[in-house]
Amino acid sequence: MNMIEAAAVHVRFGDRVVLESVDLAVAEGEFHGVMGPNGAGKTTFFNVLTGRVKPNRGRVLLAGEDVTGLSPHRIAAKGIARSFQIMTLFDEFSARDNVMMGLPEFRARGHDIARAAAGDGRFAAKSSEALAAVGLADKGDIRAKDLSYGDRRALEIAVALAQAPRVLCLDEPTSGLGSDGVQRLAALIARLKRRLTIVAIEHDMEFLFSLADRISVIHWGQVVARGTPHELQQNEWVRRSNLGKFA
Amino acid sequence: MIVETKSSPDAARLVTPTMLVLWLVLATVPLWITRIGLYPYLGIEILIWSLYALAFNLVLGTAGLPSFGHGAYFGIGAYAFGLCQLEIVANLWICLIAAAAVAGLAGVLVALFISHRRGIYYAFMTIAFGQIFWTLAIKSHRITGGEDGLLKIKRLPADFGLVSFDLTDNVAFYYFVLAVFAVGTAALWRLVNSPYGRVVAAIRQSEVRASHLGYNVWLYKVAVFALSAAVSGFAGGLFAMAQLAAFPDVMSLHQSGYVVMMTLVGGGLVSFWGPVIGVFLFLTARDVIGALTNAWMLYFGLLFIAIVLFRPEGIAGAISAAVQQHSLGALRQRSTSAMRLLFGSGR
Repeated sequence: MNMIEAAAVHVRFGDRVVLESVDLAVAEGEFHGVMGPNGAGKTTFFNVLTGRVKPNRGRVLLAGEDVTGLSPHRIAAKGIARSFQIMTLFDEFSARDNVMMGLPEFRARGHDIARAAAGDGRFAAKSSEALAAVGLADKGDIRAKDLSYGDRRALEIAVALAQAPRVLCLDEPTSGLGSDGVQRLAALIARLKRRLTIVAIEHDMEFLFSLADRISVIHWGQVVARGTPHELQQNEWVRRSNLGKFA
Repeated sequence: MIVETKSSPDAARLVTPTMLVLWLVLATVPLWITRIGLYPYLGIEILIWSLYALAFNLVLGTAGLPSFGHGAYFGIGAYAFGLCQLEIVANLWICLIAAAAVAGLAGVLVALFISHRRGIYYAFMTIAFGQIFWTLAIKSHRITGGEDGLLKIKRLPADFGLVSFDLTDNVAFYYFVLAVFAVGTAALWRLVNSPYGRVVAAIRQSEVRASHLGYNVWLYKVAVFALSAAVSGFAGGLFAMAQLAAFPDVMSLHQSGYVVMMTLVGGGLVSFWGPVIGVFLFLTARDVIGALTNAWMLYFGLLFIAIVLFRPEGIAGAISAAVQQHSLGALRQRSTSAMRLLFGSGR
């Protein structure tokens, strides 16, 4: 069964067509990479999947349920978590509090004004678990804005993991990371594979080709090639394009 | 600019040591305020405006929403209190609840229109709605008394069933307002540190991130604005009692600006207590400098400019920085002494 599916997604901003007609079907537990040149429409497509942009045409299905055009908070509550190309954290909160905000249990208590948020052991334990998963176990009390760039990237993923998502959408997760950071992230993704359905936009082809089960190449607002990393390496279009030199 | 987000042990408490000390100090005010040339009514004003400023800071400091027409809700509360007393029932508790409810309802109506806006557009909309309410208060002469205000409002007794307290005397009323202030500060502290308060603070930092974590940002913005308006209205009800009248002036744009100045000067963006500091400074300056010159606002305006330029985190932020600096200095001194003890002077 496909965990997430997009069918003939079309998006235009005024006269400008950003996505012509994009199809995508990602099976449960699959790591699906999305690549393409700048301005190809990858992030817009992610925004459609996560509710930031409503498509003009087409549908998005989450485990068979139509979630097209739902607002981001409703899509998030249904189980699609995302990270951002430009890091978006609660900078003044500690790393632990950032993660706590992602917990579904905390979200369910979001309207509670009678109890204190601090001092609830359940939230602290679950937040620590998510932090440990990304290697930030000992940095829970540090404010997000005081963390190093690599740690902030890891925190973004920890926040997304805390949501206990069914689908994890990562928008250029290696962006700005050094080789050590990329290696750590690759190890984390490798651990998460099969447990989670992951869709990742990525420019680091080595990273993507070593981890992804399948890859879609988006160009001019449509999918121009799709397949396993091995299949893409044989693809004539990919070989001729700039992307081929990495594959 | 906005700092106070890291959970402190106090965040889990309903009543903090700071609160207790403040309440105790405030309880002594009637004993000495006349000796320093001031008067108990000033204390009443400071407490009421502090409650109002703390409510306002829910929107500005906690949620990061620039509301510049908040005087409207303070004034609506004052009128609702007076009209309830004069036209419906002369019961203190019912009239105070009416003040909060009517102001809260006005807040909901406004918030429904503006909560999808951000930044300057949000600010302009709050000003526009504030001006609408102010104009309504002036023009609805038969209901509000127009520019003359709603007069003959009484300080109703605080009736607890078995015992009833007469509040006509300023000192008695001061202690009543102090009790309300104590409950109000504890409730607002809990609200700010509750899961709801944390979500609102998160929305201030990133609406996009909050929405992608599953929070209905629009609804939270509506709710926090309405809550703030309701508490502002409650404070307005107390103000009507204090003044024995309700006037449209408190709803005007420049009076709405006062609460913004008080909150920013005090350090509401970095501290829960910032608005209280700002109110104290503003109203004391009005009376103390105002006794020397009519141009007291000029000096307060200069202070406001200086703080925005050199200490944008306000007085509370400056105090906090000084305390941290002092602690660091002391720590450095202790570690230097320890090093000397262990390794000698190095000569």
